[in-house]
Amino acid sequence: MNMQAGIKLTAAEAALVDTYNEQLGDLPGDGATLLARDTLLSDLKKAGLPTRRIEAWHYTDLKALLRAVPAFVLGADAGRVDPIVPGSAVLSVVNGKAHARVMQEGITVRSYGEALLDGSAAGDLVARDSDDVIGRINGSFVRDGLSIDFEDGLVVESPVEIQSVQNCGQVNTRFPVRFGAGSKATVIERHLAVGKEAALVTSVTDVTLADGAEVTWIIFQSEGEADTHLAQFKAELGANARLRLYVINAGGKLVRQEIDVAVTGEGSDLTLRGINLLGGESHTDVTFNVGHDVAHTTSTEVIRNVVFDRARGVFQGQIRVAQDAQKTDAKMSCNTLLLSDDAEFSAKPELEIFADDVQCGHGATVIDIDHTQLFYLMARGVPENKARAMLVNAFVAEIVEELEDETLVEALEGVISDWLETHA
Amino acid sequence: MLEIRNLHARIAEDGTEIIRGLNLTVNDGEVAAIMGPNGSGKSTLSYILAGREEYEVTEGDILYNGESILELDPAERATKGIFLAFQYPVEIPGVATMQFLKVAMNEQRKARGEDELSTPDFMRRVKEAAAGLQISPEMLRRPLNVGFSGGEKKRAEILQMALLEPKLCVLDETDSGLDIDALKIVADGVNALRSPDRSVVVITHYQRLLDYIVPDTVHVLYKGQVIKSGDKTLAHELEANGYADIIEAAA
Repeated sequence: MNMQAGIKLTAAEAALVDTYNEQLGDLPGDGATLLARDTLLSDLKKAGLPTRRIEAWHYTDLKALLRAVPAFVLGADAGRVDPIVPGSAVLSVVNGKAHARVMQEGITVRSYGEALLDGSAAGDLVARDSDDVIGRINGSFVRDGLSIDFEDGLVVESPVEIQSVQNCGQVNTRFPVRFGAGSKATVIERHLAVGKEAALVTSVTDVTLADGAEVTWIIFQSEGEADTHLAQFKAELGANARLRLYVINAGGKLVRQEIDVAVTGEGSDLTLRGINLLGGESHTDVTFNVGHDVAHTTSTEVIRNVVFDRARGVFQGQIRVAQDAQKTDAKMSCNTLLLSDDAEFSAKPELEIFADDVQCGHGATVIDIDHTQLFYLMARGVPENKARAMLVNAFVAEIVEELEDETLVEALEGVISDWLETHA
Repeated sequence: MLEIRNLHARIAEDGTEIIRGLNLTVNDGEVAAIMGPNGSGKSTLSYILAGREEYEVTEGDILYNGESILELDPAERATKGIFLAFQYPVEIPGVATMQFLKVAMNEQRKARGEDELSTPDFMRRVKEAAAGLQISPEMLRRPLNVGFSGGEKKRAEILQMALLEPKLCVLDETDSGLDIDALKIVADGVNALRSPDRSVVVITHYQRLLDYIVPDTVHVLYKGQVIKSGDKTLAHELEANGYADIIEAAA
């Protein structure tokens, strides 16, 4: 109804259309790929960016918040950085250009750019539904990424870090990853900026866990203060598969991280832990959907938010339990520490349950620093600012410690306390 | 060491006066016991000495080594050598006990212009002090006070006191919730710290603790004032006859 011809585009919408037309000649892909891109872009142009009237975007009015689109810069080189966890096997993506390489036996890595070129990825380039603006933008512009396959039964000791580093422009990547039956691995998906110039980053990760796979997946986002970061993480869990997903946001000006998990195998478990470290004038939205489609599955979601300055945060969490999904056990909580009068956080938990024999719950709290704890630390000689920082750190460290792996815990606590030291 | 002069203090939030003209002097090296019935202001006094914001001093002064400490925040008082062993030590999930001990020791050293402790030196000090208080390494690996039993919490307080080497130790009902074995361990820990340049204020409801930490002076607190002072025999008198006689005599 609102899609009549001649609708006025915002500056950002017009820039997306223009940059598409400019890049059209060298976006990788065969005819089918090009057609898929065209469809996504024209849908984007027709519908425009979503406003708060679209329910899924109610707390993140993208049309109002996305003011401009930085120009695409071909061949920009942001370099590389050390991995978060020492000893990780790094797969490097520099300003959207992926560097596939030979890994240990059992891990196959292919350039996603090649899959676009030969047309085998054309089928990926579809929107999930009419609200899927990230899928539309990413699908229109995606140039590269990595397809990774962990063979059945493979146990990988050190983490694999997918390191997507950028310093400006437009970065659009995809990461389809398959974990074979019974495989075990830890993957760190890291998005970071090394420059101050604005960037528009979109990234779609599509993960499949075959039966019995056990995966720890950590998304660590530390884009720059001027950057827009729009990302999706999609996962499908086979029977008895376990996915432990950590999402840490510690950067960006405008951030939306969507998480869609389909729990489709009996006996499978999803553990989601989210940490949002928000400061400055940033806007960060984590929108999560889990669908329990079969019986005897579990999921727990704990989100901890620390909000300073004039930052705004959003968590939308939806648990859906299908009619056949009896004995589902799902619990979600969202706790926020608001550290300034101008800080804001909106939490919207939703349960949609069609089965009658399930245990599901959710809760949300907003708190301030505990004065008794603060007094106790100060009474031991810890100065007030340091004592406050320790308590803020403790609020999020509690869920990092659940990881148990000491190197991983230490590495994540390190990046968190670094952030707090510069922002608190 | 400590001189409290005509101290009046109230709860900041609702203005309830708790301390009403309290006078007390504690000399260097002295162990002073403060006894009194429930609600006499004992715990409030300990919080005021440590600088808790929830209480407001409206009159009088607290002199520590001749200087008023009323304008100092809790961290500054701690750095000057005032230590409060809490009646209810606070649980802080997410803060590791060892990390907390290291930060506290080093922040105090930094504030006094001393070098920070090296990790081996720090570990050695903790190990030595913990052994004397029968604190296991496993307990030190837990988050601060989280999941500690009542006795473990009190021992952990004394451990902190031993490591921070304060000059004025205030023990707030350190005996509450302790069985006799735990009480002895805690008392031994305190006695080991007695020295001519360190004073101890022992706040307690019962005489029992004073059999193990023998005080030089005993003061009876009632309705926010010291109504009687004496030597350790006063504590025995209280144990035998209760507070009623003394309160009546003072009235």
